[in-house]
Amino acid sequence: MPLSAIDLAKQFYDKNPGITPGHRLCPGCAAPTIVKIALMTAIANGYEPVVALATGCLEVSTTIYPYSAWNVPYIHNAFENVSATISGVETAFKAAKKRGEIPADKKLAFFAFGGDGGTYDIGLQSLSGAVERGHKFIYIVYDNEGYMNTGNQRSGSTPTGSDTTTAPVGKKMSGKVQLKKNIVEIMAAHENVYVATVALTDTFDFMKKIEKALAFDGPSFIAAHSACVRFWRVADDQAVETSKLAVETLYWPLYEVERGVYRVTKKIKDPKPVSEYIKSQGRFSAMLKRPDAQEIIDELQQYVTARYERLLALEEATKDKPVRGPWSKKDVQTDEHAM
Amino acid sequence: MAELKGWKDIPIGGLVVEPGSAKKYQTGTWRVLRPIFQSENCINCMFCWLYCPDQSIVVELVDGKPKMKGFDYYSCKGCGLCANVCPKNIDPKTKQPVADEKKAIIMKPETDFVEE
Repeated sequence: MPLSAIDLAKQFYDKNPGITPGHRLCPGCAAPTIVKIALMTAIANGYEPVVALATGCLEVSTTIYPYSAWNVPYIHNAFENVSATISGVETAFKAAKKRGEIPADKKLAFFAFGGDGGTYDIGLQSLSGAVERGHKFIYIVYDNEGYMNTGNQRSGSTPTGSDTTTAPVGKKMSGKVQLKKNIVEIMAAHENVYVATVALTDTFDFMKKIEKALAFDGPSFIAAHSACVRFWRVADDQAVETSKLAVETLYWPLYEVERGVYRVTKKIKDPKPVSEYIKSQGRFSAMLKRPDAQEIIDELQQYVTARYERLLALEEATKDKPVRGPWSKKDVQTDEHAM
Repeated sequence: MAELKGWKDIPIGGLVVEPGSAKKYQTGTWRVLRPIFQSENCINCMFCWLYCPDQSIVVELVDGKPKMKGFDYYSCKGCGLCANVCPKNIDPKTKQPVADEKKAIIMKPETDFVEE
């Protein structure tokens, strides 16, 4: 059962759960809050978190020498292999447990955090591999829709019409012309995996999904809407507000896929037009000045509505039909590496 | 900044061996807007505490219940997220921001406090 803010405060009011203050992320960045809520949920459920970070905003600004903002076991590896690293850590833990070096009842939760660049683009193959091998870890992508650490370059996650330095809005081009990659569906296509989307606006739903991922027998992937206040060109205090708009306009539908069973966790009765989300952010303002702005918005509107309707249909169609896994109760894949 | 150490003083390989040492780093100097806590309006919902990216909300337990006490200005970067998520800063009927004296958290420019 997820805890309320007050219950969590009772437990953690004088502690720093995993991440400590003093990190140099921008004021108002959503990523540390995502990390904090995820790790707090794990600790409150009796797990000791272990964190691996891919290169990205979160990594470079929490580990500036000679300081570290992490007070849990922590490992950093490059953009492309954080999932491979955490799968190794998890296997080492299993092996040590088997040899009796670690008490058998010790509960560790393995978290990997990556930005959208390290997940959608660069780290995709190692993530896919680690999920396929069935390591028990939770991958959380804080999706700020671009390579924000290096100054707003286009990534596979950047939405249509967004102004980035490598796909700028100009006379010929309207920023990024392609749609955002649907990473949740890519991950959900793996066998025996728990995939969910979360947003800061609904922390209760967020914690519920983390708890589900902790209890899930296999890998989990969680995509978190994480506002980059700097390059989304919004005010410092808008991280939660943007995520709220994203959920209400269906730009970021909250749903989960557990072994192929879809469940829309937050049903939106009267969705707001997606233009409201677009107009609230400065990164789209250059695109909005172009004559074809309305066309781009209409196309996006059509896409998000169709996607949401498809999700509802999938929820109906896959109800109580977990076609995928678990194939074997015994954890064969990781055990053969463990010894 | 930490004092510069000689090569004999630092751990081999320049490892950071102290967990959570970033706490010593003062990010409060970045602040442009300062959050001011008005305790008489606070309902202790802990939303600010939950959302604060820098864990700069000081909370104490009073009779087993968490109570908001103020801000840790050493690490607070002044983003204003706490004031934004505070339910007391919005009128529940009109959905408009309430007057400053009714808010629990108000953001004031840091220039107002230069004499301190």
